[in-house]
Amino acid sequence: MSDTLLEVKDLEMHFPLKSRGIITRTVGAVKAVDGVSFSIGKGQAMGLVGESGCGKSTTGRLVTRLYKPTAGSIKFEGQEIANANERQLRPLRRDIQMIFQDPYTSLNPRQTVGEIIGAPLEIHKLVPRQGRLKRVQELLEIVGLNPEHYSRYPHEFSGGQRQRIGIARALTLQPKLLVADEPVSALDVSIQAQVINLLQDLQKEFDIAFLFIAHDLAIVRHFCPEISVMYLGKIVETAPREELYTNPQHPYSKALLSASPDIAQAVTGGRRERIRLTGDVPSPVNPPSGCHFRTRCWKAQDVCATTEPPLQPIVGGATGAVACHFPE
Amino acid sequence: MTTRPFLSVENLSVQFPTPDGLVKATSGLSYSLERGKTLGIVGESGSGKSVSSSALLGLHRTSNALVSGEIWFDGTELLGLPENDMRQLRGNNVAMIFQDPLSAMHPYYTVGDQIAEAYRAHNEVTKKEARVRTIEMLSRVGIPQPDRRVDDYPHQFSGGMRQRAMIAMALINDPALLIADEPTTALDVTVQAQILDLLQDLQREFDTAIILITHDLGVIAEVADDVLVMYAGRAVEYGTTKQLLTRPAMPYTRGLIDSVPNVNDPLDRKLHPIPGNPPSLLNPHTGCPFFPRCEFSHLVPDNKCDTELPELVAISPGHLKRCHLPDASVLYGSANDYTPVTAIAERTGTR
Repeated sequence: MSDTLLEVKDLEMHFPLKSRGIITRTVGAVKAVDGVSFSIGKGQAMGLVGESGCGKSTTGRLVTRLYKPTAGSIKFEGQEIANANERQLRPLRRDIQMIFQDPYTSLNPRQTVGEIIGAPLEIHKLVPRQGRLKRVQELLEIVGLNPEHYSRYPHEFSGGQRQRIGIARALTLQPKLLVADEPVSALDVSIQAQVINLLQDLQKEFDIAFLFIAHDLAIVRHFCPEISVMYLGKIVETAPREELYTNPQHPYSKALLSASPDIAQAVTGGRRERIRLTGDVPSPVNPPSGCHFRTRCWKAQDVCATTEPPLQPIVGGATGAVACHFPE
Repeated sequence: MTTRPFLSVENLSVQFPTPDGLVKATSGLSYSLERGKTLGIVGESGSGKSVSSSALLGLHRTSNALVSGEIWFDGTELLGLPENDMRQLRGNNVAMIFQDPLSAMHPYYTVGDQIAEAYRAHNEVTKKEARVRTIEMLSRVGIPQPDRRVDDYPHQFSGGMRQRAMIAMALINDPALLIADEPTTALDVTVQAQILDLLQDLQREFDTAIILITHDLGVIAEVADDVLVMYAGRAVEYGTTKQLLTRPAMPYTRGLIDSVPNVNDPLDRKLHPIPGNPPSLLNPHTGCPFFPRCEFSHLVPDNKCDTELPELVAISPGHLKRCHLPDASVLYGSANDYTPVTAIAERTGTR
């Protein structure tokens, strides 16, 4: 892609573990993100899927620089931001915004909707006070809320409407990249589709790039042409959705797909054979040697314990990459 | 003498008086369930699915909830049963699995103690025997090293393991009826698959009747025999899983199916959301509760949907719907706009 907006390379986030007592020492690290690389083009959507604890949310927070990575590089429009300080980050905050999962905790209950959505304008001194209300009403209209409701408080809205408020706030500064961290998983099923459709319309209208983080494979597939699967801090497979969903290469991707419930089962009746993954995800403090997935993998052999498989282009495939010694 | 089904709920209503008025959480709900079968109850938050199931266990305090109707369980009427008798049933013949295993467990007691308590409450056994049985149950639900993990506290368990421990607790007395309230909603898909498999294995082994409360139609499609769709405290459609998912007869059910993305959809499919928001139960709509969000009400003459609550009527054996629409085939749309409902209808040749 010539028009790369975001380029992440070998990103690492190791949260230090401190010993207890008066004199604290670092006794280990939670390797939440452990060498992740990907890039997103202008106006493109990339999906990041994985189970809880795989590091997908941490990756999102690193990209928005809510965390400072312990290693690696994040390039936004060619500019290195992995080590930028608060002052250098200021202009960047306009371009990268975030949508949070829980619309109940991500809005200040003591501020009106107008104050919440208008805050970014005030902080960045973009629109004079008199013009702010107009812009807020404009934004409310864009996300499908009544523009006259700017003086209401968050508790007066339903979950889906609150999520729209969160989206309006993220749009205030006309960002180029939106990091959406599980934007619909806290919503009722009938509301999820409304919000997904809204995000899709916004993406087209304003040409916003998305880093879409979710655990629901069906939703990610719907939203993102390009998808990466994460497991224990690493990307194990990245592929266009056509490939990933029809022909997953990594055993973990295969297991994830096989575990997703499918409504079409009602037609055939009864349950299909699925891959049963046993056990839990290992601790990121002490990940298994070699391939992180080997402890739950049915294909694991000796080499998997000794050598970590690099993320390599899929043999015979078009554009995807997989990190496995024995891909499908 | 006609034999009653194993579990039969008849005209169940649960109402909560509040300062703002009477909240009609469940109105006129009826369903039945046999041993070894699974009934899925689907609905959004506030549709009354959890409230109605808690009534089965007598979990509503009489001081703040008005419960009416009949609940027949294995020949016994549960409503109005003295608290002592109810206590004998609860956790013994009827057990419940809650959605959030972390808040359903006591953080100060070990997992083993909490599971053993359920066993000792209903059986004359020593602590030692209870512990042996607990370890056996933990190993049944697939907890590794159960003899060691039995002394762990809930926070030392992962989400999936906690849910397994909850299941072990619920099943330790071999209940005849298990109510699982969103048992997998808080879990990842791979763990969800494990838990659903586990529930089915245990059901086969003990011939348990299961009520599975969920909002995920995919889960329903894979495990339920019958489905009850609830909206605003009422049953709006009831039938076998196949009937309901291949040939939904109520616009809300269709809306639920069409608004959920599927892993097998065409890639360019536009999701078809249900407009509007779930209703308030304080002032329910006088007509059909779904009327304000329904896209098909204009097809019903005389504005009937707005003014008159439709009855739950059978459209084919075992398939009931609460809808004024005379002909459900309008729900399947035209052949050129893809929706899961049309796709399923196409595949099964029911269109």
